[in-house]
Amino acid sequence: MADTGNAAGISADSATLTRAELADAVHAAIGLSRAECAGLVESVLDQVGDRLIAGENVKISSFGSFVLRRKGARVGRNPKTGVEVPIAPRTVLTFRPSQLLREQINRK
Amino acid sequence: MIRSELVQAIAAANPQLTKEIVENLIDTIFGEITEALAANRRVELRGFGAFSTRARDARVGRNPRTGTSVSVSAKRVPYFKPGKELRERLNLS
Repeated sequence: MADTGNAAGISADSATLTRAELADAVHAAIGLSRAECAGLVESVLDQVGDRLIAGENVKISSFGSFVLRRKGARVGRNPKTGVEVPIAPRTVLTFRPSQLLREQINRK
Repeated sequence: MIRSELVQAIAAANPQLTKEIVENLIDTIFGEITEALAANRRVELRGFGAFSTRARDARVGRNPRTGTSVSVSAKRVPYFKPGKELRERLNLS
């Protein structure tokens, strides 16, 4: 598909949605300046990230949940050399899509 | 944290905005991500993470209660890969 760009002159890669395009959509929805909207998009992402870093799960209804999982220490192995290496306990982040998001993605 | 608490936090940090505007902001962000995934696009938010979809083949499933087989059609499922920065910051403490 041809890349048409947009009013701001941001040449959006049609295969990928980025911050700039998100900020543009917010600008169209709430009418504040593009710079302010870019800042607001950033503050929303930061807020979600900060809660996760603080150890809290984040649940966005009708979208999905960002869920933290604590993994215990285990012995891993370098698959190339076969050398055993200890893997420290760590926290991984998983995303559980809501039923609505799953349906939206498969609608025709 | 849930959606309404996210709205409150953003509204508290931006006293110049009405709650309706902040609601609209949050709805637009997650709505746009949903629309992009539905259109078979990727969503790349550096530092935070990337949303994409993965294809699942059709398969024969089973109703766990009755044991009857049911066909499950091919579908796409949403996937999120946390960004490097977020992944690292989750493991600092």
